[in-house]
Amino acid sequence: MAAIEWARKDEKVRKAAPVRMKAADAFVECLLAEGVEVIFGYPGGVLLPIYDSLYEGKIKHVLVRHEQGAAHMADGYARATGKPGVCLATSGPGATNLVTGIATAWMDSIPMVAFTGNVSRSAIGSDAFQEADITGITLPITKHNFLVRDAKELPRIIKQAFHIAKTGRPGPVLVDIPKDVSLEEIDFAYPETVELKGYRPTTKGHVKQILEAARAIGAAKRPVLYAGGGVVSSGASEELRMLAEKANIPVTMTLMGLGVFPGDHPLSLGMLGMHGTVYANYAVHEADLLIAVGARFDDRVTGDLSKFAPHAKVIHIDIDPAEIGKNRAADIPIVGDCKEVLRVLVEKVREKREDAWLARIEEWKREYPLVYYEKPGVISPQRVIEEIYRVTGGKAICTADVGQHQMWLAQYYKFAEPRRHISSGGLGSMGFGFPAAIGAAFARPDLQVWSITGDGGFQMTAQELATAKNYNVPVKVAIINNFYLGMVRQWQQLMFNRRYSHSDLHDNPDFVKLAEAYGVPGLRCTKPEELRPTLEKAAAMDGPVVIDIHVDEEECVLPMIPAGKSVADMIGKKGRIDS
Amino acid sequence: MKHTISILVENQPGVLARVAGLFSRRGYNIESIAVGATEDPGISRMTIVVDGDKCNVEQITKNVHKLIEVLKVSDLTFDDMVARELALIKVTADAANRSEILQIVDIFRAKIIDVSERSVIVEVTGDERKVEAMIRMLRPFGIKELARTGQVAMARGTKPEQISKSQTATA
Repeated sequence: MAAIEWARKDEKVRKAAPVRMKAADAFVECLLAEGVEVIFGYPGGVLLPIYDSLYEGKIKHVLVRHEQGAAHMADGYARATGKPGVCLATSGPGATNLVTGIATAWMDSIPMVAFTGNVSRSAIGSDAFQEADITGITLPITKHNFLVRDAKELPRIIKQAFHIAKTGRPGPVLVDIPKDVSLEEIDFAYPETVELKGYRPTTKGHVKQILEAARAIGAAKRPVLYAGGGVVSSGASEELRMLAEKANIPVTMTLMGLGVFPGDHPLSLGMLGMHGTVYANYAVHEADLLIAVGARFDDRVTGDLSKFAPHAKVIHIDIDPAEIGKNRAADIPIVGDCKEVLRVLVEKVREKREDAWLARIEEWKREYPLVYYEKPGVISPQRVIEEIYRVTGGKAICTADVGQHQMWLAQYYKFAEPRRHISSGGLGSMGFGFPAAIGAAFARPDLQVWSITGDGGFQMTAQELATAKNYNVPVKVAIINNFYLGMVRQWQQLMFNRRYSHSDLHDNPDFVKLAEAYGVPGLRCTKPEELRPTLEKAAAMDGPVVIDIHVDEEECVLPMIPAGKSVADMIGKKGRIDS
Repeated sequence: MKHTISILVENQPGVLARVAGLFSRRGYNIESIAVGATEDPGISRMTIVVDGDKCNVEQITKNVHKLIEVLKVSDLTFDDMVARELALIKVTADAANRSEILQIVDIFRAKIIDVSERSVIVEVTGDERKVEAMIRMLRPFGIKELARTGQVAMARGTKPEQISKSQTATA
């Protein structure tokens, strides 16, 4: 498990006598001591001392084309590995350009350490050139942040930043370094231990509560496991599978949880919620016991909270005590690391099988499979995902941007392992997917990485094609191009009488030419028979490639529970809007 | 109902903004906030009075607890506690009514700490009800200025608030 290897690396940190050096050089040494493999950044005035220290290339630095790209790349790297992603931006606009990326990582609890330069200490607060109060700005979107006021403190702060980012409920941490701090000479020694009086996350679950949970599972007639991103961050998918199989509990996953339980497993219900499968939502609706593991009862999952899982007793396992009882009261709350808690729970649960319940779920699966209807001569977007699944053998890392294609990827690519599906779930940041794929490709050169994106979202960070070209990053960019902001258009179709207000993108650029302008090959397919060969061709190529896939322009993501509604209001149960 | 929350924090720049920011982000209006040093110069105590139902306040205290620089959070509302506030009240006063004001001040065991030809400044300490009552009594004379510290509070008895960040689940 990646997270654990990472933790061990920490302990090996060199014991050395302090060495006199510039704080900027110490910054590089700190990253090396943390085992950082790559940082994503963009230089600027106040960062010149740090960039001078990066010149020798002791640590791999990837030059991006926009700081938002750097943050998303660091995020994609973190999601693919479990290790903290690192990004670097200059003061003022550089720092504010990171904000969307930091907020994205914050909402999905992704370990990230963002470094920003700032103006010299004497100028802070004076509205100096390129000054922004980035610690103030990122206060509500970081797990913690630091302004380094004393160069001697830099190593300790960096040590703490990494520790905070990757432990407990992970999250982004920002470290703001004034220019004059980075120029000062310090006696550098990387601290071996972290001293944080006010930070001690609970990892071990309360045994009495776990026993209570085991009893509830034993007594349940219609249990459902509801697994979220916390299972990914704690590396608990093996324990989850053992629990599901031992007690024969069907498993549904949130968008963030996809992959923690094999999508093709007989007990898998796929994703639940707004665009979840009919059978997942029905199962949760009828469940008498809902076991939430590392999930937070988000509104895209629950819809109308008062009608969500109305018959279920709730076991809620989460490392963050503030999540428990936030949206739905828990009957059996267990605060702890999912892996630790599940490990004990698996031992305590008795083997069981509720045949009637499983039969009922099978019935729903037969009656309401995920289904779509193809029009002759037109590529169905869902078909694109299914073909990518086949071409990649279901083994690729796929990042999504935000919108319709994001939901189709979640529905039709049956992820078999965690950290393969990478999606901006909480913040829903358009522009996330492509740079996140670049970050993931740096993290896992052994895997194929696909960026499944939309024609809208791709254009928000398309300039990172230059980064992909520059480092020959083998990312396959599949643009599911419907010439609309598809999800906006879908809501306008369903709720605003087809008044497609400013969601029409028929003036899109020629994506093939755009790719070629960056020196990246571009492919296009517009007919169903071209789809498979084009995808296969792209998969066989070495470096980055952009595939512009023209799909059915007015296809909708179904099934759908409209926002704030409940299972009873689900539309498109059989793949058509009126079904 | 009103909750009195006592928070021990590391004495770091920005910590007040972090705590206050959490309250405002969740839509809470802080009624009063008082911050000052404790017996340990590295640690400050914040006393926050906030209006909200038990569930919501519990939610917010859990979130405050998660802040790295927060060492301890206690909702003292249901504990046996003492809470005090200090107010300075500048009241219009001339030779004619000064003695009447003085009488009220005596009854409340408050103090006059400044006298001028046209006004006096009254210092009153007590729980919220006492301070409110004092203000009510002085209002007819004409209150020119009012400054209140907000509550500070402490649990009664010998058990000191331990600085341990063990987190417990609550349903």
